[in-house]
Amino acid sequence: MTLFFLFLIFFISVSSDAHSKIYQTTPEFLTENFDTPQSKAESLWLTPELKKLTSEILGRPVRGMRARYYSEGEKTAWILEEIGKEKPITVGVVIGGKLEDFHIEHVKVLAFRESRGWEVRYPSFTNQYKNVKMTPNYKLDQYIDGITGATLSVRALNKIARLALFYHQQVLTLNL
Amino acid sequence: MFRTTIAGIVLLSVAFAVDAQPTLDEMYELIQKQQAEITNLKEGLAENTAKTESTFTAVEEYTTGPTAKLAEWASKTSMGGYGELHYNNHNSDNSTKSKNEFDLHRFVLFVGHEYNDKLRFFSEFEIEHSIAGEGKAGEVEVEQAYIEWDYTDGHRAKAGVFLIPVGILNETHEPPTFYGSERNPIEKNIIPSTWWEGGVMFSGELAEGLSYDAAAHSGLYINPSAGKYKIRDGRQKVGKAKGDDLAYTARLKYTGIPGLELATTFQHQADIWQNETSGGKDKVDAQMIEAHAAYKNGPFGLRALYAQWDIDDDIEVIKAGADEQEGWYIEPSFQVTEKLGVFARFNEYDNQASDSASKSEKEQFDIGFNYWIHESVVLKFDYFDQDNDSGTEYTGYNMAVGWSF
Repeated sequence: MTLFFLFLIFFISVSSDAHSKIYQTTPEFLTENFDTPQSKAESLWLTPELKKLTSEILGRPVRGMRARYYSEGEKTAWILEEIGKEKPITVGVVIGGKLEDFHIEHVKVLAFRESRGWEVRYPSFTNQYKNVKMTPNYKLDQYIDGITGATLSVRALNKIARLALFYHQQVLTLNL
Repeated sequence: MFRTTIAGIVLLSVAFAVDAQPTLDEMYELIQKQQAEITNLKEGLAENTAKTESTFTAVEEYTTGPTAKLAEWASKTSMGGYGELHYNNHNSDNSTKSKNEFDLHRFVLFVGHEYNDKLRFFSEFEIEHSIAGEGKAGEVEVEQAYIEWDYTDGHRAKAGVFLIPVGILNETHEPPTFYGSERNPIEKNIIPSTWWEGGVMFSGELAEGLSYDAAAHSGLYINPSAGKYKIRDGRQKVGKAKGDDLAYTARLKYTGIPGLELATTFQHQADIWQNETSGGKDKVDAQMIEAHAAYKNGPFGLRALYAQWDIDDDIEVIKAGADEQEGWYIEPSFQVTEKLGVFARFNEYDNQASDSASKSEKEQFDIGFNYWIHESVVLKFDYFDQDNDSGTEYTGYNMAVGWSF
């Protein structure tokens, strides 16, 4: 019982300012990935056809009229959110390349709000997405190894990666 | 000649301009029309101001009124759940184990609420075997109900009823996440999953991929008066649970390599008889150690787990050999397609492991498949064959539909 109370005392006494689980802000992400980061985002307008395909990728209905992105040369950066188990995970994805060879250059978890599955934010996990491309049916062309006990977080990141590749393709197609 | 032409054009323009000037009557009429237009515009402006005011009021009501408060509350409150329906066809020389039945084994709802970024509530409410009540097959259980507090970056504390951090399935057991209709026998009979206790727990990250959990919580109560000795019989489920002696659990987990999980748990139970005596014996302490590895690389998967209890010898006044209870399994799997996966599993366990004469060791082989209709909905089939030291044959097959959301 003594040990139990020691636990309780520790529990009460270790109070300190908790930090939010924001690992990087959007401006920091852009600075890290672009030579001269834009301050203003561009818009990819979601036509009914784009909304339909976006819904298929995410496996749920999509709201909103546009997807915001930043660009520099052949690179686009997307800040996207998807729910893992209960809370949205905010992820920055940089896609590079032309229509014939576009691929993921960088994936970074910017904010993670769930109490489980936080391992997806580590570079050892996100580095798996480097150079991954999109298949003709909007899937990733490489297998991403999961994390036991973090299945839903891994799924959310896979969906975000697919969506960023798909949006990059649409931006390139519209600018042809 | 050129100058004469220019002069003529100028004179003609002036004459035309003088002719184009309105008369006083025309000016009056023009002013009247403008006045009417101004009046109309003023009326329109007043109407638009009223409309704008109404819009502001509506927006204000929506963003700050009861609707907004409800929306804010809803955005901080989450629901989820899982469930599984089983069909079991089991045959055994021991007639009590033979069965041919349908069973809504679990129906679970989660409710969570986030007070702020650092403080949240989570709960899991379960109905087992569909119907609960006097003489009925099932139970209503609250398996989780805790407050979690992120007290500093990367570290958090829980207080309430929570799942013990041990094994592969105890914390993550939504049906689409594991193979086999029924959970493996080691994480049922040696690790008594689903295993929850009341107390406090600290969790956090020590380094990239390395995490810890440390908990002080209610202990097991393996009732000696009722002749109980198996670990699974000791779960009190935090229902007026005896709290004379507590238990302490610590886990280290490594997930730094994608696809790989390595973890080990140690637990100390101060007294699994909770201050009761039997045959002149008392204070039966117990230690559990568990270790497991789970690896997934492309379509290949492998899970392996070992768990062992070392209990005070005094428990042998109840059952010989019960001071050691242990088991292990290994489960290779292969995902044939995105939707179809096959597995095989070998399990071995013994609840009277220190007494070879007890003939209590069980070996079980499972083989089967999962078919995911959706990433969160699964159909399962598996066949098992259990070989007991006692010579009792036990075979059968299971089918299941499981879901989570």
